[in-house]
Amino acid sequence: MSYVAVKGGERAILNSQKLVAENRRGNPKVSELSLDQISEQFGLAVDRVMVEGSIYDRLLGALALKQAQGDALEAIFLLRAFRTTLPRFGVSAPIDTGAMRVRRRISATFKDIPGGQVLGPTYDYVHRLLDFSLAAEVSVGSAEANAAEEALDPTMPRVIDILGQEGLIEEEREGGGEVFDLTREPMTFPAGRDQRLQNLARADEGFLLGLAYSTTRGYGGAHPFVGEIRLGEVLVEIEPEELGFPIAIAEITVTECQTINQFRGSAEKPPQFTRGYGLTFGHCERKAISMALIDRALRAPELGEDVRHPAQNEQFVLPHTDNVEANGLISHFKLPHYVDFQAELQLLRRLREEHEAAKDAGATQ
Amino acid sequence: MSTNSNNEQSGHNEGYNFAYLDEQTKRMIRRSLLKALSIPGYQVPFGSREMPLPYGWGTGGIQVTASVIGPKDRLKVIDQGADDTTNAVSIRRFFQMVADVATTEKVLEASIIQTRHRIPETPLNEGQIIVYQVPTPDPLSKIDPRESETRKMHAYAEYGVMQLTLYEDIARFGHIAKTYDYPVLVNGRHLMSPSPIPKFDNPKMQDNPAIQLYGAGREKRIYAIPPYTTVKSLDFDDHPFSMQSWSGCCSLCGSTTSYLDEVITDDSGGRIFVCSDTDYCNDRQAQLLCDEHSEVQT
Amino acid sequence: MIPAPKRALPPPLLSVNGVSRSYGKQLGCQDISFSVRPGEVLGIVGESGSGKSTLLACISGRLQPDTGSLVYDMKDRGPVDILALSEPERRRLARSEWGIVHQNPRDGLRMDFTAGGNVGERPMAIGARHYGNIRSEAQNWLEKVEIDLSRTDDKPKTFSGGMQQRLQIARNLVTRPRLVFMDEPTGGLDVSVQARLLDLLRGLVRELGIAAIIVTHDLAVVRLLADRLMVMQRGRVIEEGLTDQVLDDPHHPYTQLLVSSVLQA
Repeated sequence: MSYVAVKGGERAILNSQKLVAENRRGNPKVSELSLDQISEQFGLAVDRVMVEGSIYDRLLGALALKQAQGDALEAIFLLRAFRTTLPRFGVSAPIDTGAMRVRRRISATFKDIPGGQVLGPTYDYVHRLLDFSLAAEVSVGSAEANAAEEALDPTMPRVIDILGQEGLIEEEREGGGEVFDLTREPMTFPAGRDQRLQNLARADEGFLLGLAYSTTRGYGGAHPFVGEIRLGEVLVEIEPEELGFPIAIAEITVTECQTINQFRGSAEKPPQFTRGYGLTFGHCERKAISMALIDRALRAPELGEDVRHPAQNEQFVLPHTDNVEANGLISHFKLPHYVDFQAELQLLRRLREEHEAAKDAGATQ
Repeated sequence: MSTNSNNEQSGHNEGYNFAYLDEQTKRMIRRSLLKALSIPGYQVPFGSREMPLPYGWGTGGIQVTASVIGPKDRLKVIDQGADDTTNAVSIRRFFQMVADVATTEKVLEASIIQTRHRIPETPLNEGQIIVYQVPTPDPLSKIDPRESETRKMHAYAEYGVMQLTLYEDIARFGHIAKTYDYPVLVNGRHLMSPSPIPKFDNPKMQDNPAIQLYGAGREKRIYAIPPYTTVKSLDFDDHPFSMQSWSGCCSLCGSTTSYLDEVITDDSGGRIFVCSDTDYCNDRQAQLLCDEHSEVQT
Repeated sequence: MIPAPKRALPPPLLSVNGVSRSYGKQLGCQDISFSVRPGEVLGIVGESGSGKSTLLACISGRLQPDTGSLVYDMKDRGPVDILALSEPERRRLARSEWGIVHQNPRDGLRMDFTAGGNVGERPMAIGARHYGNIRSEAQNWLEKVEIDLSRTDDKPKTFSGGMQQRLQIARNLVTRPRLVFMDEPTGGLDVSVQARLLDLLRGLVRELGIAAIIVTHDLAVVRLLADRLMVMQRGRVIEEGLTDQVLDDPHHPYTQLLVSSVLQA
C-alpha cells in the first residue's frame, strides 16, 4: 500500500540534500567559485547579507552566499543561525561616523559643504547599459580611477551637525540607560528608538524600500531631503573594564544616511527640521535611505503627528521587517498540515450535509 | 555542504555546544519556562534566537527542548502525530547531531516529546515533558493585531470577545466551527492557544500528569501548563465543547478512538482512514498480530 | 389632598469638579463642574469647538483631564474617584455600569460581527455563557430598538446609518448600565430618522431609569431628551438650568443667539 510513501523519510531528506549540493555545484567542468572571488566581485551582495544577517565578516558572508547558491535570504538565514552560536564578549562603544575615513559623501541639501561633495563609487550616474565587455572571460585590463588632485579633507563634519549648530534641526537626544538588544530580547511596544533602529537595520531591504516608497506617495506625508549620505571606514572600539581605555578591535565599512524632514515646533520651541536616521554595514545606500525614511515615519506619535498610514504604524512595520521571520512562516505552509486539514475537511463535509438537509427539508414543506 | 552532511550522518557535531544553544541562552530560556509554569497559560516574552531551522518550522519548540534536554534524556519527535514525517525526521536528526541524545518512537520510553499538531494517543506520565511547537501564541491576535491591546486584554482577563467569536459560529453554522487551535482557559485565568492541535486532543491537556511546554520562536513567547492543571475548552452551557469523531475505524489497526488521517488511495475517490499517531497504530498492529498468533497456538 | 412627603434627593451618580483639559495653547474645556443624579438626563450643547466633546471624553474616562476630579457612585463600592482607579478597574466599570454611544456607529460597533453578536458581547464579557439566553436577550433588545429579528445574523455593515445607531444603543443598554454617555447620537442622520431615534431613546431612558449625558449641537435633541441643560462656549459653561427654563428664557446672549437661530431655522 502507498501509505508509507505519503510520509517523508530520512533517506528522502539526505537525497534531497545531495541534489541541492549537485545543483549548487552546477556543471563540474566550470571552475568552482572561491570565497575570495565572491567577496571581491559580489561585494554588494556580501554587504547585504552581512547587514541583514547581522554579522560583519566578509568571508562568512561569501560562504553563506556560496552555500545558498546566491540566494540572499537563504544566506542571511545561514548567518543568523550561525550568529546564535557565537559567544558575546562585550559591547562596543558607539561608532563615530564623524571620524569616518570617507570614500563617498554627498549632500542633496547644499551645493557645497565643508569637506566637499565626494562622489566616490556609485551607480548613480552610470548609464545602465549591459556592458558586453564584462562577458569576456578575461578582463581587458582593469580600470583604475585617477587620484584626486587634492587629498580629501581629513575632517569632514556631518552636514546635519552644521544645521545643528544653528539650532535649525532637532537635537540628537542622548538615549542614556541600558540599550535595548534586539538579538537578545523580544520587542515591546511602544518601541524605543534603539529598538526601532536595530530592527530597521536588520530589516529586509525590499520590504523597507517599498514601505519608504509608500510614504512618498501619499501614505505617509514624507518630504525628505537627503542631508547626507556617507560611505567609508570607521573603527570599532571596546573598552575592557580591566583596561579603562578603549581599544580598536576592527575597522568596518558602513553607510550612513541622515534625512532632514519637515518642520516641527511647539509653544516653547521654534520650528525645527526633524531627523531620520539610517545606518548599514558595507555599502547599502538604498537600504540606508529607506531606513531613514521609515525611522522618521515611525516617529509620528513622538512628534505629535497622526498615525494614519502603514509606514507610520510601528506595530505593523516592526514585526514584519525581518525576512528570516517572514520567510520562515510563509515557507512553513509547505509543511504537512494533514491533521488540521483533516479537521477542516470533516467540518466542511458536515456543513455541506447540513446545508443539503436544510434544503431538502425546505423542499418537502 | 558535503562535510556538513557527513557530520549529520556521523552523529554528534563537535563544533557546537551541547544542544546547539550556549549555556547562558539555555538558562535564560529555563528562567522563562519557570515563570511560565508559575503563571499557567501566560505568554512569557523571551529572547528567541535564530535557529538553523526556519521560523515557523518549530524553532520555539526546538529552543525549549534544547534548554531542558540533558545527555540522559530520550527524545521523541512527532509531526502530525507521526515520527516519520519529514519535519519530525529533520528535527530529530538535528538533536542527534548537536546533542547526541538517544531517540525513540515510543511514547512511554521518551522523557521529552516534541510535537507539532498532535498530542499522542497514549496517555503521558508524571516526569515526562511534552514540548509543543506554536506558530501563533496569542488567540486574541486574530481579533486585534495590536499587541499592546491584547496584552491588556490578557492582563485584565477581558475575554468576552473571544466568546463572541464562538457565538458567531453558532449563529452562522448552528455549532462552534473551530476544529483545531481551539482556545482554552488555563487554570481558570489565562486564555491560551493549545497550538494547532485538533480539538480532538484538547481534553488530553486537562489534568495531564506531564509538564506541557509551549514554544513560539518567531513570536518570541513561551508558555506552559504545569502537571494536573485545569484546561477548559471555551464553550457555551447549551453548546458544550465536543470532539471530532469518525464513523469508521483505522484501516490498519482498527482503532475506533484515535484521530484518523484520511489517505487517498487511488484517483477514483478511493480513500482509507488510518491513525495519525503512528506509534500508537504500530503498537496496536503488533498487538493484533500477537493476539492472532496466540489464538493459532491455543 | 395630602402632599407627598418631600424625599431627600438621591446622592449624585457622577460629580465633576473643576475639570480642565487643554491641547497645548488650544483650550479644550475649562474648570467644569456639575453633577448628574441617578436617572437624570443632562444635555450639553454648544457649537463645534466649544469643548463639549473634550469634556465628554474626559468624564467618560477616555481622556485624562489636566486638573479636576470625577467622583462616581459605584454600585458596590460607593463613591470613588474615577481618575484614581486603576486601568483594569476603569475598563471594567466602562463595560458594566457605563455605556458609550459614539457619533459614528463604526467607532462603537464591531462591523465584522453579527448584530446579535454585537448586542451579546457585553453580557458575555461579564460572564454569560448560555448561548440561547444570550441570543434571546440580544433579540429582545433588537426588538426594543426596532430592528427586524430577521436581521439578527446580519453584519451591521449591511445596515443603514439609523439602524447602526439603534444597534449601538442596544449594544450599550443590554447590560442595563447606570450611566450612558452619548456623543451627537443623531449626528449624520436624516431628519426623519433622527426623530424616530430620539423617540426611541426617550422611551428607553425613561423606562430603564438610566442617567445619561448627551453632547450635541442640536437643541431639538436636548429639548426632547434632557432634564437639565448646560451651554458651553469657548471651553466654559456659560449657562445652565432646567432644559425648558434655559430654552424658553435664555439669559446669556450666546444662548439667546443659539435659541433664536434654531427658532428661525
